[in-house]
Amino acid sequence: MLGQQILSGLATGSVYALTAIAVVVVFRNTRTINLAQGDFGMIAAFLGILFIKEFDLNYYVMLPLVVLCSMALGVLVERIVMRPIADSDWLTLFTATLGVYYILHGAAGWIWGRDTKAFPVTFDAEPVDIFGALISQGHLINMGWAAAIGIVLFFFFKYTKQGIAMRAVTDDPETALLMGIPVRFIVLLTWGMAGFLAAFAGVLLAPIVYVSPEMMDEVLIKGYVAAVFGGLYSIPGAIIGALMIGVAENLAGGYLGSHFKTATAFVMIVVLLTFRPQGLFGIQKRREI
Amino acid sequence: MALLELNDVQASYGAIKALHGVSISVEEGSIVAVLGANGAGKSTTLKAISGAVRPTAGSIVFDGKELNGLTPNQIVKLGIAQVPEGRKIFKDLTVTENLRMGAYSRNDGAAIEEDFDRVLELFPRLGERKTQLGGSLSGGEQQMLAIGRGLMARPRLLLLDEPSLGLAPIIIADIFKTLRLINQEQSTTMLLVEQNANIALKHASFGYVLQVGKVAIEDTASNLRTNKEVIEAYMGAQR
Ligand SMILES: Nc1ncnc2c1ncn2[C@@H]1O[C@H](COP(=O)(O)OP(=O)(O)O)[C@@H](O)[C@H]1O
Ligand SMILES: [Mg+2]
Repeated sequence: MLGQQILSGLATGSVYALTAIAVVVVFRNTRTINLAQGDFGMIAAFLGILFIKEFDLNYYVMLPLVVLCSMALGVLVERIVMRPIADSDWLTLFTATLGVYYILHGAAGWIWGRDTKAFPVTFDAEPVDIFGALISQGHLINMGWAAAIGIVLFFFFKYTKQGIAMRAVTDDPETALLMGIPVRFIVLLTWGMAGFLAAFAGVLLAPIVYVSPEMMDEVLIKGYVAAVFGGLYSIPGAIIGALMIGVAENLAGGYLGSHFKTATAFVMIVVLLTFRPQGLFGIQKRREI
Repeated sequence: MALLELNDVQASYGAIKALHGVSISVEEGSIVAVLGANGAGKSTTLKAISGAVRPTAGSIVFDGKELNGLTPNQIVKLGIAQVPEGRKIFKDLTVTENLRMGAYSRNDGAAIEEDFDRVLELFPRLGERKTQLGGSLSGGEQQMLAIGRGLMARPRLLLLDEPSLGLAPIIIADIFKTLRLINQEQSTTMLLVEQNANIALKHASFGYVLQVGKVAIEDTASNLRTNKEVIEAYMGAQR
């Protein structure tokens, strides 16, 4: 029972992690929290339904298409909404992402309706037995995808030119510019990456929670809390935060009652920030925001 | 014609005018010094050349090409690299990654590797610290890294903003010896901003003295070394 609770907590946590990573990546290169991060994933989930149901596409054809569309959405938001105000203070940027959040909610409701829809691909209901703990195949697949994405990101940030340049821009955008790094292009890449991560979060969660304009709202909040938990600059911190929140709320839900579930993340963050204001892996903030 | 030519360049930060018409000429293969007190406009001059600050008037011509309106990224591609004031190392990147970022604008993989090895040869201490984070280096090592990062762009013109700032005399001497070597072996042209007039005029062939955003004196380095005004204002109480 305990092992099972932990495993399915890790599965939920891995979807939070995809969101938390995106929150961190966008924050450290733009100084703002992207409130529309969840909705990129929500749009991706609706597109997934569209591609499978209307265009009759196979799941594995749908997935890369949705990822591309979602990256395009991220890039578009940067070009149209964020870039013109890039030099404004963080509150302006933050408010702009809130605007995008409402626009995407509204657009999805207008196009696809407000009622929840089942995602056409559901996983085999037969649970898998892992050392005596039973876990649904959907959860297992989600963890697999999240782990794979985590590994890809690790190599991207450590070994590729654009990945290192993204970190350089986090470190010191003025100097990055002086070294010939096209900072605006790097910020564009950052939003593309946010779209990439959102697509997976949305499509992986869709078979579990049903698809609706609000489907990602709670995930966004948990992902954000996880990002703060990790110190807002650290990807490993965000992942650990997300997994901890996933497990803790699942345990709270299982042992204390389901109405304790949502509150768990907030109790954790309040306790952590009381004792470690810089977050779990907080690094010294070197830019005043 | 000179490699770099600044004609009556003016620049402002909002309402504050920092450059009131600066004209500087740098011959290919030379080391030219720009001296001046704090706030004279030395860094702004370099930033204008790099495209980080947009001149409001005047022209900057590099190798016959007008730089006005180009982005910093395009200017690096043309062959101008900057070693910024205060080193400005990427603190959370390793030494290797810092050097790699200096070559961001290049795509000639094999030649980048060559230059990487060359930089580690010039600054062996960087080689010993390849996997260390930039932020963990000493001031002297950070300055070496900043110069190495600039060299990774394989520049024809290297802009150096106070490379001696805050360093011990032995390390300064060491760094300038290496700069001289780079200048001679690769015929890399250098525009050297310094408050330390002694060391700058020892290595430069020509010098400009900036005062409140204007060139006040210009002469050969040997003449400047004996110029009374320069001695009194900039060579007297050196660190
Ligand atoms: N970012 C900035 N914003 C506003 N004023 C600046 C800025 N940078 C420099 N200045 C002003 O421009 C003038 C020239 O500065 P600078 O070029 O840095 O001088 P130097 O490098 O010779 O010490 C100074 O009066 C300085 O206060
Ligand atoms: Mg200066």
